[in-house]
Amino acid sequence: MELRNTEANVSVFRSLDWFTILLYVLLVSAGAVSIYAASYDFDNASMFDFAEFSGKQFLWISLSLIIGCIILLLDYRIYETYAYPIYGIVILILIATIFLAPDIKGSRSWLVFGPVSLQPAEFGKVATALALAKLFNSYNFNLNAKVSNYFRALILIFLPICLILLQRETGSALVYLSLIFVLYREGMSGLVLFSVFCSVVYFVVAVKFTEPLILDIPVGEFSVFIIILLIYSLMLVFYCRDLIIARNVILGFIGSGIVVTILSLCGVTVNGLLYFCGILTLAIAYTLVAMFHHKINKFLITVSFAVVSVLFLFSVNYVFGNVLEPHQQMRIKVALGIEEDLRGAGYNVNQSKIAIGSGGIYGKGFLNGTQTKLKYVPEQHTDFIFCTIGEEEGFIGATTVLVVFLALILRLIYIAERQRTPFGRVYAYCVVSCLIFHLCINVGMVIGLCPVIGIPLPFFSYGGSALWGFTILLFVLLRIDASRKERRD
Amino acid sequence: MRKDYNLAKRRYVIGGFICLIVVIYVFRLFSLQVSDDKYKENAESNAFLRRVIYPARGLIYDREGRLVVFNQPAYDVMLIPKDVGDFDTVSLCKVLNITKEQLLEKWAEMKNPKKNPGYSAYTPQKLISHLSPEDYGRLQEKLYMFPGFFVQTRTVRQYNYVAASNILGNIREVSASDVERDRYYRSGDYTGDLGVEKSYEKHLRGVKGVEILMKDAYGRIKGKYENGIHDVSPVSGRNLQLSIDIELQEYGEQLMRNKIGAIVAIEPSTGEILALVTSPNYDPSLLVGKERGKNYADLVRDPYKPLYDRALQGAYPPGSTFKPTQGLIFLQEGVITTSTQYPCYHGYINKIRVGCHGHGSPIALKPALQTSCNAYFCWGFKNMIDKRGTKAYDQFEKWKNYLVEMGYGYRLGVDLPSESRGFIPNSEYYSKSFRGPRWSANSIISVAIGQGEVLATPLQIANLCATIANRGHFYTPHIVRQIADTVIDSKYTEKHAPKIKKEYYATIAEGMRMAVLGGTCRTAALPDIEVCGKTGTAQNPHGKDHSAFMGFAPYQNPKIAIAVYVENAGFGATFGVPIGSLMMEKYLKGHISDSRKGLEERMLNSNTIISSGVTKH
Repeated sequence: MELRNTEANVSVFRSLDWFTILLYVLLVSAGAVSIYAASYDFDNASMFDFAEFSGKQFLWISLSLIIGCIILLLDYRIYETYAYPIYGIVILILIATIFLAPDIKGSRSWLVFGPVSLQPAEFGKVATALALAKLFNSYNFNLNAKVSNYFRALILIFLPICLILLQRETGSALVYLSLIFVLYREGMSGLVLFSVFCSVVYFVVAVKFTEPLILDIPVGEFSVFIIILLIYSLMLVFYCRDLIIARNVILGFIGSGIVVTILSLCGVTVNGLLYFCGILTLAIAYTLVAMFHHKINKFLITVSFAVVSVLFLFSVNYVFGNVLEPHQQMRIKVALGIEEDLRGAGYNVNQSKIAIGSGGIYGKGFLNGTQTKLKYVPEQHTDFIFCTIGEEEGFIGATTVLVVFLALILRLIYIAERQRTPFGRVYAYCVVSCLIFHLCINVGMVIGLCPVIGIPLPFFSYGGSALWGFTILLFVLLRIDASRKERRD
Repeated sequence: MRKDYNLAKRRYVIGGFICLIVVIYVFRLFSLQVSDDKYKENAESNAFLRRVIYPARGLIYDREGRLVVFNQPAYDVMLIPKDVGDFDTVSLCKVLNITKEQLLEKWAEMKNPKKNPGYSAYTPQKLISHLSPEDYGRLQEKLYMFPGFFVQTRTVRQYNYVAASNILGNIREVSASDVERDRYYRSGDYTGDLGVEKSYEKHLRGVKGVEILMKDAYGRIKGKYENGIHDVSPVSGRNLQLSIDIELQEYGEQLMRNKIGAIVAIEPSTGEILALVTSPNYDPSLLVGKERGKNYADLVRDPYKPLYDRALQGAYPPGSTFKPTQGLIFLQEGVITTSTQYPCYHGYINKIRVGCHGHGSPIALKPALQTSCNAYFCWGFKNMIDKRGTKAYDQFEKWKNYLVEMGYGYRLGVDLPSESRGFIPNSEYYSKSFRGPRWSANSIISVAIGQGEVLATPLQIANLCATIANRGHFYTPHIVRQIADTVIDSKYTEKHAPKIKKEYYATIAEGMRMAVLGGTCRTAALPDIEVCGKTGTAQNPHGKDHSAFMGFAPYQNPKIAIAVYVENAGFGATFGVPIGSLMMEKYLKGHISDSRKGLEERMLNSNTIISSGVTKH
């Protein structure tokens, strides 16, 4: 026994993916330097003063290295064996957090232990990833075999989402939605991903472009209708592969379009809503009648896609106006560039754009950023840390950081695909999904392309919980990957 | 197996997705950082320190050249947070005369980035503004105990007289809406509030200068930007000379002490306002310095409304002071001649009855003015409105138009904020309230004696008096005589003449002279000076009658026209007349003659608020 363990440990460090470790070390050290720059204070110039953010972050980094080493030294099998118990314990902690956590800026997500505060939601990712991996690793598990398999996966994902929403940490909860990538990789229809993409497009187009009116409907809605007609035609051609039905439908669309155009030019205004609903109903009716000679399934999917698209479009305005809270509406409007709101929701984003924009190509140099130093950007050491990089290191520095992140994510995809078990692969994709979501949303928010959602930039943002969460996430993967050759199953 | 291979291909979709996002973000970074200059400029304005240099505000003098308002240094406690070492909070509080809570609150305010967006630990920050000279003295002595602290001087208003606060107004910090309305202001600036400080703000404030300094990443000043070639020097505000006689104003305020009402005195030959008294009033220096907020709130809450300028804003029934206007209109319209007589059997009796007091009957215009006969003007009004062959509607419109020409019913356009327009009804108004055109002189007879719907401000009454004194014309009353080296607005040097013959004005003036010689205004008579006057006793729903008086002196070549209005003080003769005559005497002779000292004493010491019969304010 003793001997085997030593052997295993030696092999761990030999088969460890050192490239990933290198990227990790690069990102974490760059993060520590950025936090030092962001919270730099002339009085306390020491990087390692534990009263300052940078000093504390240094402490968190040291601890996370220790955690990393411990993970590497542990047997890889415990993650698989104890995946469900770990998940269960974390869920219990998340439930407890709702009741035990003090109210900090409206959210109840921090457990306070004397001088240390922990955010269980950050560790929930690890547990959920493990549980999901374990589920997909069950004997002969195939996502598409039974509907109940989807349910099991979705329950694992949505349980922590609900609990974190109850803690009023919307941002952290949204991260779990990124696990849709995992389901996609494991066999979920690409149409789902396509639908998600389409609904984002519909939403942005319909909400952003309300002026002017075309055929009595806003130009945004008009465009969405055109997109729906286009997608419908394309799906008939490329998905159903029935060129005759497709030709007839497309001719119908074009012909009616010309008629409506001529009518409007002659001064007869056709109501756009009536026109689009009418022409789509006709097209669908025709498709339903004509499809019976073929494989019905794909036509049904195509038709329901169009119907759901229209229903979605109708609900967009209602959801935007009535379901979202005013501050969320405002954040979305700011991100879409509809409103500036420089004193409220847009203040952070505007200041952060100014700070980044003032960096230029080469940046102002380490510790010379006027915008971040003079505290124009709020939250600059946590969620808006990318700002400091943009201002002090310029376009080159910011791009380098993005490229290193990209390299890490692509490397993890590579690692995921070389796993020999679904457990390793699914877990790896969970890590990839979380990183993609955090990177896209955080950087997108800082450069003003996404609404402000308070989630940290992995390895950069100040805070122990997030750093430890990502470190554990990554090192468990490295540990599993290091032993991929040992597994013979 | 083939299916698994297909699924493995999905890595490219996921990998492609993140590549696409990173490419989009890099493009966005490129546009923000390299191709777009907008954000760089913004950053520059953030990193430059535009230090404003405040100009000295214009001084204010009275018509005799006496300095009324001037600037005095005030002291702000400043500190550079980085340099602040350990200090004894308790002794600082003691020196500054504040509690520890107040100090902590100010400290938090200073550090709050929302309230103080320019906060930096390396630049001077304002901790406390408006230190009194005593506190300043104490702090200066102990300053060595508080490293990092220093005192910056700025100027605040100081007043030489405890008077004329309604005319002068005061200075307050600009509100968010001021900043929005006028791009000149930045948050933290000061602007005039009320009085000439407000109406002549643009002249008084001068032009701010600016010094452009550069800051480094630590917020430390690195010196002037490009050696100061972009700096702008401040231009001092212009001095104002008011038309008021500050001593007359002060005297008026003393006479009105413990009374509610107003006095307006005008120089007829120019329209310059000599005194504009409203009572109760307040000490203008209450609204200076750190107690301003509290004092202002107290004044707003005061039930006697000291912030309400009754001379300009009070719309009162003019009562019998309105009768001269009626005489003028009837004469001009040919309803009466100077010798037309009307009967008065203790009043106007023609289906309805308007009471009057004992005097001879029948009576002509001049004696009617002398005795303030109600019946005479009611008959005249009836004969004008119900003139055979005309409609009451048209006749009343004519009547109204004369009054508008005389300055009633609309704002006169005095150069002070918030003047009220009073009220003169038109025919439409009556057709509405009587639900049709079937109304006649009798329905509205009380307007003929300045009661009923008619309302006028003391300023409008004084303006009428000035018009009579001028025998037929007036200049728009104004309070500023000269603005440093520029001339005043031409609208104040333009003659306004109602379309009424000068000789009719002479008749009215004669009637008013008779009222002083042997009528209702006998108390107004002054030795050596021919005074003319008209009393007014206005009924009102609040309590005792309002006591009013208007008069001018001397009879020939008048130097002063005056209107006095004392709320709920009884007959015009009891308060209006004595106060008016004392004001005229004070202005014309400079002192009160010995024979009238008793009267002066009585006026100074009487209190009409207690005896007003008004239970609720």
